[in-house]
Amino acid sequence: MTLLKEKNYGTPKIESKNNVTGFIDGIEVSVPEGTSIMRAASTIGIDVPSLCASDNLDAFGSCRLCIVDFEGRKGFGYPSACTSPLDNGMKVITRNNHLDALRKDLLEMYTSDHPLDCNTCSSDGDCDLQVEANNHQLLENNQLKLSKYSDANSSNHLGIDIDSSNPYFNFDPEKCIVCSRCVRACNEVQGTFALSLDDRGFESKIKPGVSDNFFESECVSCGACVQACPTGSLIEKSIVEKGVPDETVLTTCAYCGVGCSFKAEVKNNDVVRMVPHKDGKANKGHSCIKGRFAWGYAKHQDRIIKPMIRKNIKDQWKEVEWEDAIQFTAKQFKNIQDEYGKNSIGGITSARTTNEEAYIVQKLIRTAFENNNVDTCARVCHSPTGYGLKQTFGTSAGTQHFDSVQSCDVIMIIGANPTVGHPVFASQMKKRIRQGAKLIVVDPRKTDIVESPHIKADFHLPILPGSNVPLINAFSHVAVHEDLIDHDYIKNRCEEAAFNDWIEFIKDDSNSPEAAEKPTGVSADIIRKAARQYASGKRSAIYYGLGVTEHSQGSTMVMGMANLAMATGNVGYIGAGVNPLRGQNNVQGSCDMGSFPHELPGYRPITDDKARAIFEKKWNVSIQKEPGLRSVNMFDAAVGGEFKGIYIQGEDFVQSEPNTQHIEEAFQSMECVVIQDLFLTETARFAHVFLPATSFLEKNGTFTNAERRINRVRPVMKPLTGKHEWEITQEIAAAMGYEMTFNSSEEILDEIAELTPTFTGVSFKKLDEVGSLQWPCNEAAPDGTPIMHVDEFVRGKGQFMITDYVPTTETANRKFPLLLTTGRNLVQYNVGTQTRRTHNNLWSNEDVLEIHPVDASTRGINDGSLVLLRSRKGETTLKAIVTEKIPAGVVYTTFHNPETGANVVTTENSDWATNCPEYKVTAVEIEPAEHRSKWQKNRVNEKNQIREIINT
Amino acid sequence: MNKAIKIFIPNETSANSVGAQYIYEVISKLINKNNVEIIRNSTWGAFWLEPYIEIEKEGIRRGVSYRNIDLSDLTTIEDFLIDFNEREPFDIQSIDFIKKQKRLVFSRIGHHDPLDIQCYKNTKGYKPLLNSLKIGPQETINAIKKSGLTGRGGAAFPTGIKMQTVFDQDSSIKYLACNADEGDGGTFSDRLVMESDPFSLIEGMTIAAYAVGASKGYIYLRSEYPLAKTFLLKAIEIAVENNFLGKNIQNSGFDFNIDLRIGAGSYVCGEETAMMESIEGRRGLVRSKPPLPAISGLFKKPTLINNVVTLATIPMLLDSDEDEFSKIGSNKSVGTMPFQLSGNIKHSGLIETRFDISLEELVRDFGSGTKSGNPIHAIQIGGPLGIYLSSSMLNTSLTIEALQELKGSIGHGGIIVFDNTVDMADQAKFAMEFCVKESCGKCTPCRIGSVRGVEIIDRLQKNKTSVNDAKLLNDLCETMESTSLCAMGGMTPNPIRSIIEFFPNELIQK
Repeated sequence: MTLLKEKNYGTPKIESKNNVTGFIDGIEVSVPEGTSIMRAASTIGIDVPSLCASDNLDAFGSCRLCIVDFEGRKGFGYPSACTSPLDNGMKVITRNNHLDALRKDLLEMYTSDHPLDCNTCSSDGDCDLQVEANNHQLLENNQLKLSKYSDANSSNHLGIDIDSSNPYFNFDPEKCIVCSRCVRACNEVQGTFALSLDDRGFESKIKPGVSDNFFESECVSCGACVQACPTGSLIEKSIVEKGVPDETVLTTCAYCGVGCSFKAEVKNNDVVRMVPHKDGKANKGHSCIKGRFAWGYAKHQDRIIKPMIRKNIKDQWKEVEWEDAIQFTAKQFKNIQDEYGKNSIGGITSARTTNEEAYIVQKLIRTAFENNNVDTCARVCHSPTGYGLKQTFGTSAGTQHFDSVQSCDVIMIIGANPTVGHPVFASQMKKRIRQGAKLIVVDPRKTDIVESPHIKADFHLPILPGSNVPLINAFSHVAVHEDLIDHDYIKNRCEEAAFNDWIEFIKDDSNSPEAAEKPTGVSADIIRKAARQYASGKRSAIYYGLGVTEHSQGSTMVMGMANLAMATGNVGYIGAGVNPLRGQNNVQGSCDMGSFPHELPGYRPITDDKARAIFEKKWNVSIQKEPGLRSVNMFDAAVGGEFKGIYIQGEDFVQSEPNTQHIEEAFQSMECVVIQDLFLTETARFAHVFLPATSFLEKNGTFTNAERRINRVRPVMKPLTGKHEWEITQEIAAAMGYEMTFNSSEEILDEIAELTPTFTGVSFKKLDEVGSLQWPCNEAAPDGTPIMHVDEFVRGKGQFMITDYVPTTETANRKFPLLLTTGRNLVQYNVGTQTRRTHNNLWSNEDVLEIHPVDASTRGINDGSLVLLRSRKGETTLKAIVTEKIPAGVVYTTFHNPETGANVVTTENSDWATNCPEYKVTAVEIEPAEHRSKWQKNRVNEKNQIREIINT
Repeated sequence: MNKAIKIFIPNETSANSVGAQYIYEVISKLINKNNVEIIRNSTWGAFWLEPYIEIEKEGIRRGVSYRNIDLSDLTTIEDFLIDFNEREPFDIQSIDFIKKQKRLVFSRIGHHDPLDIQCYKNTKGYKPLLNSLKIGPQETINAIKKSGLTGRGGAAFPTGIKMQTVFDQDSSIKYLACNADEGDGGTFSDRLVMESDPFSLIEGMTIAAYAVGASKGYIYLRSEYPLAKTFLLKAIEIAVENNFLGKNIQNSGFDFNIDLRIGAGSYVCGEETAMMESIEGRRGLVRSKPPLPAISGLFKKPTLINNVVTLATIPMLLDSDEDEFSKIGSNKSVGTMPFQLSGNIKHSGLIETRFDISLEELVRDFGSGTKSGNPIHAIQIGGPLGIYLSSSMLNTSLTIEALQELKGSIGHGGIIVFDNTVDMADQAKFAMEFCVKESCGKCTPCRIGSVRGVEIIDRLQKNKTSVNDAKLLNDLCETMESTSLCAMGGMTPNPIRSIIEFFPNELIQK
């Protein structure tokens, strides 16, 4: 479509029970009470001139262009339409000679301190000052007329240096009109409060905090200020380079589970910039550094666009044609099955590709492979959510939409770091906290949300890694003993017998805060107070992440949280809920699509004959009725010699699986490893076939975010590889003897809708109409389902589950006295496959180890020095940062860089129910290092080898 | 404790600026006898007499000015007493400057040590508070409404109505903020209350807070008033000690605490919304209204904001005896106004009188004409954003209504006199320069307009007949007046327009 510029209503939408009716320029208008005159006018097509108003920011009243008159006005000055609410019966005039003359005068004040030549400005065509000047006869030949207020000696701000420190955008003070939209956006939308104004009056200047430039400041490069800036003062570098775009494609971000809606703004089939789409229900016009700016990886020089094969993983890669690669793959797989049996091959669907692309891979496996050996990366992150919430509530998806957080009274974050992992949602959450919601944070680490501008957690419980279950049991214990449980809710909505069993269990002293003191390292008093706060909140919500699931008792903890939420009546309505913060852009979707060895699309068990029959009929095959291998089982079976071939779509196991030694061994044991990815990943080192994949900018399909919200992904350019990913999968199936007849990804979604009751109402057409849909979307809920378990749980009545604490076997001991836990930072995404190929590296290009001063000093470790990190599984070296953000006895690092390869030290421990690896607890020792570890040195040598490819 | 001889040496900023503190240090060293004590009283507000030293002996109190007197020859206290008597000391309350005033709000200044709470109580102090606590909040508000008191900060809004609005808000937390950011040049009435009768402000605040339901009060004091800060802190401490502040005041169940917040050199923080921003720890930017502070003010709670003099007037209105205040004047100009006379004037100081006094009376009868002896050329009324009246306008009555007719305002009551050596074009430029310096920068007409205003007047000063610049100045004034966010930009054109109208050809030559 031509460039989409969303309407700016000037001030935020107001919700009110009452309406007011007034007149604007003679036209009657009715709006919710409290709505500004500006917004009311905007709704009837009257756009009052303005420069400082933006409908995602509170009214400010600074530019004065929006002055209006109204009948009965007293006094000399005109009020600003943005700050004045429309009153009943008010008769407003937005234009007359006087107002027009005053506005023109104000604009001439602006232009007396602004560069005049629009022709040479990078924002030419994308500037509100240019538009207003034009509307007031102050623009001629695309140049601002010399202001009547200018003379040879007038003071101005021309000639000040541009701040180009941030790799993605510039700040040009010359073009600043001091409207403060950037400061307000940073405060109100993002919540980082990095920007301010220095000095006052004419000397006012935008300043990025106490630093001199944006890059060195607290700015998190979310781009909200750039988006808010009405002139070319804050501007994307890509606009300066490529010019103002002329086309818009609406799509969805491919990074995290927030699933921000973006406008891909294009010029000559090239993305110039990604701008958040205001109508995006998940992000509401906001973004983070990754989605906004870090999309350059799609055209990075490392991108592989031709298929490659090699007989032996020690050989160099050979580029081939698609036909050859696919035939080779099919033949290899068939041969392996002939030799080792049907179950000796399997596949992995990606949580980064679209629903359609994931669906077709699990279909390939169930049809052409004739087995159920399919899994997805949820295995290693939220599979305990799947198990735990299914047991208690009946379904494993997030219960709320993001909007729900605006109604919370108490927010409890457990094992999640939303300001880095789900930044846009964190901003929404912070907005609610600034309004007064209480905050409890359970995390060994003092994450940013514990204390940041205008945010201070009421309670931070820095529990030791591995002590989640005693903590959550203690919370429930307190709720029960202090009678803070919701008896009516339990009686009406939960199974009585299970509840009674649970009461007997939870009220026992072994689950008291006192008993939890030792394992958690947090005082019983704090535990009690925090528990009280959660339990007495009218609307209390739990938001959690991998700090809950990636444990040997991950599923137990999920059930423990569900128990607490049910006991206190906090599931099934807005402002409450148990919310797993799904990490990947389409992990929810990938799970929905049946990417599990034991489930068909829509979470129906493979063992359910009726469910299987539906698919068998449509697919015209017989589907194996036994569950297949989980990914972790595939690797074990590979080492055991029984699993020999794998088709991996978009996942880098070698970097992201725990216990690297084991995973490398597994891959080395396989005979045909097929990787479908954008770049040569760590796993590709062990691959025999490389099938080049497409980035989200080339895809046409849907992603499902953490809210169960299905969003459209639309292509900006044709696949650079010449083939869509679903086409590759379809062709492999055909080469293996199973014909699929999809002509488009739309047809794939139609098939999904046909076969999956929770998706029956979903189609490209419907999505184009309404924007997005939260499943279930079917006859019972034709517009989708914002909140689940509203009248009753999906399984009927909620089921309390007994959650005995079984400590992990991975404990600190004499040899490995510290506990390592892992996490993420803001600028790198997971294993960094994409973000390491963008300018985000400027902020962080290595994993560092956080160590407490006490632990550092006893080991002779200084801030910034190289250290050796060792566990019973392996070792690596990395830089140490001495900090009190973590408790003594705990160390922390990220896993973004293969050079560090944090997973060489993580273990084979995993969740008892789902095999989700226990990434969050590893017993380690740290010591100063003189040089890199052996494998790291070897890797550097290998790296050059990996990159060599023979061209055909 | 009653000594035979009491020496009154004022401790007050103006008096100290001409040597009162120095005199105190000299005299206190000389004292060697038990029967002599020094009392640091406040000023009487007759600045031309300062440092005005008084001695009370055998019930008779007389004083004389010690301006520019060298005391280095004095070696004993007797020397001083002799020197004092030789100067023909007089009773200050008998001179016209004091006698002709109607000192109601400022009745106590000069008399005694401002921090002596017993003296305060002996002069009707704290009886009004007890009365207010007895009659209850709504009756207290009714009394203030009935009195006709309007705000003395400059906007002259009916105080009782504002209090009623705050009272009517349904909120468990409410605040009272006292605006002590007296930023107008040539004004000092707020400062005199704080340095010379601080208990009257505290009592007034306590009554007002009780009436509207505020449990916490803030005094926002400009940083340029360090002595006022000292007095206020001490007075608050004493009030707390005497259970007139703090928990369960006088056993009424009413708790009220006062916090002192100091400004940082910004005139615009005297604007009530910018003041609130500053109290909240933010940059002193003006907020838009609505919402009114009475409904959503400090920390988004209903807040009563009043000027120092307004609050200091309140006790008098709750005095169960007759209320003299309301009997004077009419309409908005009810009660007395503490005019502050300064500039090129023989007798400067605080002149509390009825509003409907003429400018002539004020300047000639109280002020005794210019200090230089030259003819009066211009008088600025109401601060830097106030209009200039010419010498032919001396018969103007100083009521709020009369000034409004002239498109001006009494404002906070500052009256600055200029003789015929003044350059009115420079004064016009000063209006814009002041705006440049003090503009918060939020709104365009003030931020940019003021800078352009200086440039235009610079050009006019080089060429008075420039038609272009005259029109430009007019357009600028129109825009600033009609579109500014607050009175800073909105009223800056006032002095300039008055110069153009009342001083023809001095800025613009037709």
